[in-house]
Amino acid sequence: MTVELSLTRDPAHIRHGSNIGQPMTRTDGVLKVTGKARYAADNHPPGMVYAVIATSCIARGRVTALDVAAARRHPGVIDVMTPAHKPELAEDPDAKGNPFAFRMELLQSDEVRYANQAVAVVIAETLEAATEGAALLSPRYQVEIARVGLDAGEAYAPPVVGIGNPAEVRHGDIDAGMAAAAKLTDSTYQTPAQYHNAMEPHAIVAVWDGDRLFIDTPSQGMGFAQMRIAGLFGIPPANIHINSPFLGGGFGSKGLISGPQVLGIMAAKLIGRPVKLVLRRSQMYGPVGHRPPTRQRIRIGTDESGALTVINHEARVTTSSFDDFYEPAADASHTLYASPAIRTAHEAVRVDTGTPLFMRAPGEATGSIVLESAIDEAAFACGIDPLEFRLKNYAEVEPTTGKPFSSKALRQCYAKAAERFGWAGRPLQPKQMRDENGFLVGWGVGTATFPAIMFQGNARAVIRADGKGVMETGAHDMGQGAWTALAQISADSLGLDFDQLTFRSGSSDLPDAGIAGGSGHTATVGAAIHNAGAAVIAKLAELATSDQRSPLFGAGNAGVVARAGRLHRRDDDARSEGYADILARAGLAEVDATGSGAADAAAQSQYAMHAHGAVFAEVKVDPELGQIRATRLVGAFAAGRIINPLMVQSQLYGGMIWGLSFALHEEAVMDHRSGRILNANLAEYHVPVNADVPPMDVITVDEHDPHVNPLGIKGVGEIGITGSAGAVANAVFHATGIRVRNFPIKIEEIVMGLS
Amino acid sequence: MMNFDYVRPASVADAIAAGSEKGASYLASGTNLLDLMKGGVSRPSRLVDVTRLPGLDRIEHLADGSLRIGALVRNADLAHDAEFARNYPAVAEALLSGASAQLRNAATVGGNLMQRTRCAYFYDAGSACNRRWPGAGCDALKGENRLHAVLGWSEGCIATHPSDFCVPLVALDAIVEIEGKGGRRELPLEALHRLPGETPERETALERGDLIVALRLPSEAQGFARHARYIKVRERTSYAFAVVSAAAALRIVDGKIREARLALGGVAAKPWRAREAEQVLAGAAPDAAAYREAARAALAGAKPSGDNAFKIELAQRILVRALTLAAAGTPDRIPALPGSPFSSVAGA
Amino acid sequence: MNLPLSLTINGVRRDIVLDDPRVTLLDLLRERLDLTGTKKGCDRGQCGACTILVDGRRINSCLALAVSHDGAEITTIEGVGSGGELHPVQAAFIAHDGFQCGFCTPGQIMSGIGLIQEGQAGDDPERVRECMSGNLCRCGAYQGITEAVLEAQSDMTASKQRRSA
Repeated sequence: MTVELSLTRDPAHIRHGSNIGQPMTRTDGVLKVTGKARYAADNHPPGMVYAVIATSCIARGRVTALDVAAARRHPGVIDVMTPAHKPELAEDPDAKGNPFAFRMELLQSDEVRYANQAVAVVIAETLEAATEGAALLSPRYQVEIARVGLDAGEAYAPPVVGIGNPAEVRHGDIDAGMAAAAKLTDSTYQTPAQYHNAMEPHAIVAVWDGDRLFIDTPSQGMGFAQMRIAGLFGIPPANIHINSPFLGGGFGSKGLISGPQVLGIMAAKLIGRPVKLVLRRSQMYGPVGHRPPTRQRIRIGTDESGALTVINHEARVTTSSFDDFYEPAADASHTLYASPAIRTAHEAVRVDTGTPLFMRAPGEATGSIVLESAIDEAAFACGIDPLEFRLKNYAEVEPTTGKPFSSKALRQCYAKAAERFGWAGRPLQPKQMRDENGFLVGWGVGTATFPAIMFQGNARAVIRADGKGVMETGAHDMGQGAWTALAQISADSLGLDFDQLTFRSGSSDLPDAGIAGGSGHTATVGAAIHNAGAAVIAKLAELATSDQRSPLFGAGNAGVVARAGRLHRRDDDARSEGYADILARAGLAEVDATGSGAADAAAQSQYAMHAHGAVFAEVKVDPELGQIRATRLVGAFAAGRIINPLMVQSQLYGGMIWGLSFALHEEAVMDHRSGRILNANLAEYHVPVNADVPPMDVITVDEHDPHVNPLGIKGVGEIGITGSAGAVANAVFHATGIRVRNFPIKIEEIVMGLS
Repeated sequence: MMNFDYVRPASVADAIAAGSEKGASYLASGTNLLDLMKGGVSRPSRLVDVTRLPGLDRIEHLADGSLRIGALVRNADLAHDAEFARNYPAVAEALLSGASAQLRNAATVGGNLMQRTRCAYFYDAGSACNRRWPGAGCDALKGENRLHAVLGWSEGCIATHPSDFCVPLVALDAIVEIEGKGGRRELPLEALHRLPGETPERETALERGDLIVALRLPSEAQGFARHARYIKVRERTSYAFAVVSAAAALRIVDGKIREARLALGGVAAKPWRAREAEQVLAGAAPDAAAYREAARAALAGAKPSGDNAFKIELAQRILVRALTLAAAGTPDRIPALPGSPFSSVAGA
Repeated sequence: MNLPLSLTINGVRRDIVLDDPRVTLLDLLRERLDLTGTKKGCDRGQCGACTILVDGRRINSCLALAVSHDGAEITTIEGVGSGGELHPVQAAFIAHDGFQCGFCTPGQIMSGIGLIQEGQAGDDPERVRECMSGNLCRCGAYQGITEAVLEAQSDMTASKQRRSA
């Protein structure tokens, strides 16, 4: 089923002329505030039953017994899916078909490779019965000693980090840079394991009809999911219909279909009935990815003037015992600061956790807080204001490649945000400022950056006989505002007022829009829409300009412009014809065309493409009790063209809050013996609450970038975390004089440091 | 959760009869019990729903000047009762610093007293815990324990009591009224929660079937209204359990502390009354030196149970802060961030 | 065990016979009454996504046994607003972009309505932030949420004053 959003009649939605750039409120806003937006777990097809996963409470070993009989005896339980009783799969879930096919646990064996791994699935008539059935399985284990933490084993150099990046990068002469340093800071930082914790737990409602499969599930990449499911079940991808109109947050954890979601499909196949499977919150700490812990040593050399001579950034990360994902933490040092010598290197340790995966700004977030803290340390060592230090070492070209930037308005970001924040006059020394209540006050700055990435995406545009338009693309809205921003681009691409457009999205039956990740969805799908729109308008123009009865006859394809549902002669605006009239005369019910979007390899080889920003933070610290509160955050960001300022502002706010959270709050606590996560909940895994979030200010700095893509979009989904985390951490140093290098910053560090 | 019989008795006597059976648990609003049942920590075979029992939802002023709060009074209603907040401001501030508005709207006074520890090893059914399974051992002892007890712990259990509400209550000599098989009896709140010792599984002094029906604040408790605060350090600005908290209540006469009441939260398996510190303050001038000496006395017997030595230092500092703020005078209105060091009227 | 109960949900009386005492108000609404606007984010009273009004008070419906609430009057997001008009809190959430993914939004809105009825925050943004802290938003839409609650409260106060004038 394709979701078709009826546009609200809020006047804010009806714009004439250019839709791009307008701060329209969300087209799905009414659905979301009335509870009518249907998320995966809200579906309830006839005959549906409930599946609940039983998870392992050990991190390594084997399941030796499951009390299946006890579970089956529980009233309402229909079946228990175990390694011994499950549908056959067409493909080994541990097979590595491509770099995006991560191994998953689909009851292929009794092996346990991390805590919270699925060991069985109980299917019952009610949620209550399935839940208790899962508890009654009371697994017994043969336990092996868990490998926990960054020192769990021998470190090795991973083959690649992130998506195909080299594990080590060297630019310039590192030894010479070290030797040339008048001052060298050498610090080691640690960042914790973090879990995405989207508000919506992973969920699936699966219905089989012969060898066709219908699923409601949140997905940031329906095309990838289709391929993976098709392989596992041995059916053509086209037989798999994924409905994912709304995600209750993804942040990377819904980029690839996860094991638990596939278990829901297996359960439906096993019993031949529709099945709903929803992860419990605690079960999200394992099989759906996480940000791995890192330990990063960073050495920064500066000469007498404070100019960088070297950045040597080394990161140790963990990955799972059975698969490979390496957080590219040190890569954050590639692009920001002009240093004649830069080295980044990674090493990895295998531990008994689920495989880490992409989590909002993977690598950039972990690396940025360390780089920005270390730059702050270097500036302080040089006795230079940290903003001035950053400007002094401003990269005019990408340091590691020497490529020019396609655009880079970072200087304006620094200037505008600093002015708004009131940075001038900040004392260089820490612990100098107090507020009227005696709290220590600190100000910190961080630079934000994120690459302008594009994937592959497609769209189909239609002009109908009534002159209205349709745009179709299987895009994903996880909250960033695809329903709105992509519709705005669609309307412009079709030369239509917004209310003349039907925008269809959120279904795998529509053209594959690629993955919603890497902050590249709007750029990628926007380009596809732009091209599809241009193609269908070209077809209309061809119809009109080649028809003698049209006022546009003879204008030639390049000679017309589309506006408000009509084509106008470029050289004579008064001569025009409406879309409906063109189609009517041609006797056509509709005309359609497709378009695709992808990165321009030629431009990429020529230019370095990144969004940038500057974030300034104020924190207050209780001088005796050590509790910290951020009190102001100001960020200025240059991210190419802004499609919808309201939605972009929200994305940047959200990213900045993630940065604040990284510095001060979130951390998964793991028992160092058992490998179990002790705060696999939302009471003790602290994400910021409303009262943690200070008044925020976001400034967007205009950037016209003709190189990144036809619309000049760079993406804003992740950049807000970078810079912000470091800015907050640096503000804590400025308030207290204590440089905490173990994140999140904990009360005891401040309490004991201030004694 | 395990299936259970559900009964809703009409009278306290019927409730006690039903609640005295093996495997029975009383259900008030369930904000803690249902959480424990969903986690498999509590598995009662019978729930005795006491929410409709008559007469337990009232706040009554007794002839002797004491205040009797029915066990079913909701946390939010008590905290927002203007007269209550005026007379027992530290209690109201503690209530409002706990959990969230939604939970306070549901949670009851009696239920709050029966709140169980947030020790992760207690909650994690896969870990050894002497509270859940006597004799199993305590995985917290050599585990991740930076937030565990520094006072009154034993090798058998290092968990802390999580309640905010109980901290000022124990300082104010609150009394718990209990109905049980043997009739009605009373217990100082301080004696309700037990230190773990050799029997961590015995968390309270209640016997099977005992039902808390009311909480009483003695008449003297009002005497501290002008100088009473609750301060709570936590890892988020709101909606987080205390790392350490403190209630301080003073009677200041002619520039001297006539009487001090002090208690700490988050440091022991029970809300911790700091009587040694109270003695130090009795008759002293309300100044920083006296507060520091009192704080030292309060923590004199403390020792780390793990990676938590900082809590001993922090507990002393929070006592000093609570005393400083209490001496400065109770604010006219409960601060915007109740209990927080960052409440707008706080002063370092 | 058959447990009869009667609830008034969004103004409509519903007589329900539960076959299971374990059903929470949240699961009753979502899985048995097709009122899926109320969301389950944690099921343990730690996120606020399941906030509803019971007898006019905001609570976490995940930690409330349905059977214990016989006779209660319940308002969910589906019962907010009237005659196709959005409630002022709903409209303000759209205007201030007080959400992104929208999953926590029904709970935020019910919590905001509950807060305004409680009358504890007034027009103090700090009190609004504190009193809305029982509703997590992982997308980080807090600034819009705070602005929306403040604006809705002020609109509702103004219109009440107009009506009574």
